[in-house]
Amino acid sequence: MAKMVKIKIDGKELQAEEGKNLVEVAKANGIFIPSLCYYEHIDPPLGTCRVCTCEVNGKAVPACMQKAKQGMEVQINTQKLNDTRKAIVEMMFAEGNHFCPACEKSGDCDLQHMGYETGVSVTRFPHIFKDRLIDFNPKRMIIEHNRCVKCRRCIEEVLTSDGRQVFSFFNRGNETIVAIDYEQEARLTREQALHAMKICPTGAIMVRGASFGKPFGGRRFDMESVNPEDKNKTTAPKPQKAPKKGKAKKKIIATISLAGCFGCHMSMLDIDLEFVDIIDLVEFNKSPINDIKEFTQKCDIGLVEGGCCNTENIETLREFRKKCKTLVAVGECAIWGGLPAMRNLVPLEECLEEAYLNSMTTEPGEHVVPYHEDLPKILDKVYPINEIVEIDYFIPGCPPNAEHIWKAVKNILWGEQYSILYSEFKYD
Amino acid sequence: MQADLQAHQRAHPDLLDCLWAYQNKHGYIRDEDVAECAAYRNLSKVELEGVISFYHFFHRKPAGRHIIYLNKSIVSEFSGFQRIKDAFERETGATFGGVDPSGLFGLFETACIGLSDQEPAALIDFHPFTNLTTLKVKHIIAELKQGASVEKICDEVADNIRYVPGDGRAFFLRDYFPGSAVAKLPGLTPEQVIELINRSKLSGRGGAFFPTGLKWGLCRQQESSPKYIVCNADEGEPGTFKDRVLMNTMPGLVLEGMITAGYAVGASVGIFYLRAEYAWMKDKLERAIEQFYRMNLLGLNALGIEGFNFDIRLQLGAGSYVIGEETAMLNSLEGKRGESRVKQFFPVERGYLNQPTVVNNVETLCAAARIMELGADYFLNLGLPESPGTKLISISGDCHLPGIYEIEWGMKLEELLNLCQAENPYFIQVSGPSGECVSMAEKDRVLSKDDLRCGGSLMVFSHHRDILQILINFADFFKEESCGVCTPCRAGNFIIRRKLEKVRLGLARQSDYDDIRQWGKIMELASRCGLGKMATNSLVKALSAFPEYFGQKIEGEEDRLNKEFNLERAIADYEKFKS
Repeated sequence: MAKMVKIKIDGKELQAEEGKNLVEVAKANGIFIPSLCYYEHIDPPLGTCRVCTCEVNGKAVPACMQKAKQGMEVQINTQKLNDTRKAIVEMMFAEGNHFCPACEKSGDCDLQHMGYETGVSVTRFPHIFKDRLIDFNPKRMIIEHNRCVKCRRCIEEVLTSDGRQVFSFFNRGNETIVAIDYEQEARLTREQALHAMKICPTGAIMVRGASFGKPFGGRRFDMESVNPEDKNKTTAPKPQKAPKKGKAKKKIIATISLAGCFGCHMSMLDIDLEFVDIIDLVEFNKSPINDIKEFTQKCDIGLVEGGCCNTENIETLREFRKKCKTLVAVGECAIWGGLPAMRNLVPLEECLEEAYLNSMTTEPGEHVVPYHEDLPKILDKVYPINEIVEIDYFIPGCPPNAEHIWKAVKNILWGEQYSILYSEFKYD
Repeated sequence: MQADLQAHQRAHPDLLDCLWAYQNKHGYIRDEDVAECAAYRNLSKVELEGVISFYHFFHRKPAGRHIIYLNKSIVSEFSGFQRIKDAFERETGATFGGVDPSGLFGLFETACIGLSDQEPAALIDFHPFTNLTTLKVKHIIAELKQGASVEKICDEVADNIRYVPGDGRAFFLRDYFPGSAVAKLPGLTPEQVIELINRSKLSGRGGAFFPTGLKWGLCRQQESSPKYIVCNADEGEPGTFKDRVLMNTMPGLVLEGMITAGYAVGASVGIFYLRAEYAWMKDKLERAIEQFYRMNLLGLNALGIEGFNFDIRLQLGAGSYVIGEETAMLNSLEGKRGESRVKQFFPVERGYLNQPTVVNNVETLCAAARIMELGADYFLNLGLPESPGTKLISISGDCHLPGIYEIEWGMKLEELLNLCQAENPYFIQVSGPSGECVSMAEKDRVLSKDDLRCGGSLMVFSHHRDILQILINFADFFKEESCGVCTPCRAGNFIIRRKLEKVRLGLARQSDYDDIRQWGKIMELASRCGLGKMATNSLVKALSAFPEYFGQKIEGEEDRLNKEFNLERAIADYEKFKS
């Protein structure tokens, strides 16, 4: 039996086994420390992602690198540290190309999970949209470099039976990737390959034919937070005060779908009967819901679905900024480009040629990419709407949950208190 | 324990030398070389490629029979980098980053090569060419085309020693007689040596100021053997060249420091990690090592001390700034990617090959040797009570006398600027990009451990220089030199660089400066090693130290549109389809 020591986490005194990893100690005591690269049995821990940054005896360090020591004082939930951890998760989203709705690992992805736990609805950093490879060369695996967060788990963990590395860091700086050795990969057993896929915290390593797991709702991170404190908070949402009907002046809403699929608008309709209540309190101005094409007055709130892919989107969005007091980005496309932004990794010229000239359905003899002064001009890439105008609020999801949208709107319009259930906060 | 074992098994101490042999033989490392080397060492190819791709002096494609590396540090940029770059391209017919059609010349940019006092400078096949002009470039290339030997036409590197304290108070830069420092060792026990160093209050000169005697003592206490002494001769901080001068003028002194350290901690092997940029000093240093063996200062029963066996070997680096960080250097010595290690053990506990290891830089070891020779009291009489001794400062930039200054700790910044005849100084970068920038409002600050800490680099920039150009040069440097392992440094430096572009375009608002401060803080808190932690130091400091400059850049208007978005640029690609 190991010696027990006293440590303090956020002022709370705890008993811990001496030398035990701090992430584990916290977990055992019902305290959640977000972590990503940390994997119980890799020792020494990798210390690459830095998501578990906390303060030990006043010094900022990753929790995964700390072992319980007598008298150790740990700070985890301070505003500064929470924000630092959140920022690091945001950095990973900004750095990679994480299209959650189109990812096999979505719902089982540690990165996405950390986004949920730290409450990332938009990254404070501009998305890099770097063109990265998808490596189809390995015999059994597909390596999706767009999704890799360079956590190093696979480098340390996945070895051939004779001890050779299958993965390695390659290059340095922002060019760093995790490269795979095709020869060694072919020598892995199926179990070893599946293990590699399993330990990958994102969808960067996939084994052909084995990458889709469970349906929505049944995936690891779909329903409940692993943070015990959050669990208590979100299962008991605060009572909502409904505004008195008919008394106050109706609030004016405008909505629009730019480079989106109207899925977010469909989701807005998903509140079903509650819509009847809402219509007593608000009035729609420009919106596809009532088909009003032009603004006729200033609005209290504008809900924007979709990013900007052409000049018409830009014009419309700027008009929204002018006419709406508060502007909300609804859904992944508005927040950072979403699925349409998949084209950001390919030069525009190639995209258009593929679509209009070389595609299977091109009529023989067609050799024109549409261009006319009456047509909107296509932008070089799909822009998140906050790169065009300032945005006040962001509601993530593809589409966002209907409850989430209306709770947020009601909060903005009437200051109603609300809390979002863990299961309502999603990127897919 | 098992992990330790694995780490040990994966070490390949001779790998860098082996890769250098391939690189030098063919001008690049061929596919068959990788296959051969991997098979021989039982490595997977990807692991080997990982190592090769980490070091920028290793090439995987033909890089020319003469490989030209032009320094792109900020001092070079301000002394005509672009002109010289154009001249090289014009004369060789190659473009930077590639090779000319005949395969004779390869042109590459590189980070600071330690010749900031004689910029613009380049290395051709690792031989130095300094104070370049377009005419000089023309001559050099013409001669090389005619088959001249690089070794014969390269420049003699000037030492540019500009100042040493008078009245016999010089400490480093004084007459040197090989063997005079270690001559004191036979009369002392290792403990007495450590005691002497402790008493002298010598602290690490790389900039961290860790007490040297304490480090040696901790290593001595370790039971495990063998123990190692690593000399960090990888001064990669842009603007530093003091170690170059120490090694070039008295290569023996640093070796004596290593022997002293070896004797004090009970080590048997010393490794001299020389940055590849200084490969032109390799022969000189190896000759000094040989001479020391002949003088019985090295080898079995060195110095005639029974049982003191100490060897020194030289390891050439291969291009990477982060290797100046001691744990990254240990990884590099083990033939791995030069990534910093997680802070689980100090190198004195588990360092090279998991054995107790002391890593000291050249200046620290030279100081230790001089303390042996001159005594602790001599050292304590110099400088300030809390930071005794002298410090070598490499000064470059806008001053009439760039070069080396040996000053006593306690000198005011202004006095130093006067000594080097700085021209209208405005922005002074202390300790290189990862250090601190100061304005003339701080001219009374004192160079010392407790005030203005200086690792050795001091770059002076005058009023007519653009601060943003300096900061962007630094940001580019960090972006490229980050080892890529931890998120805040890898992604953070890239993101910061983008933000600076916005500032450059004149589109930054106050909120962007707030972002820079906040993001810098995140990188400082969360990065794995000093590179990421310090990368935004100067940038953040500059925002507050030069308000008059950054005030001008702020865009005032508040219509809540994002000015960074440029519609014309965004549709430029599509306009190509207008028939």
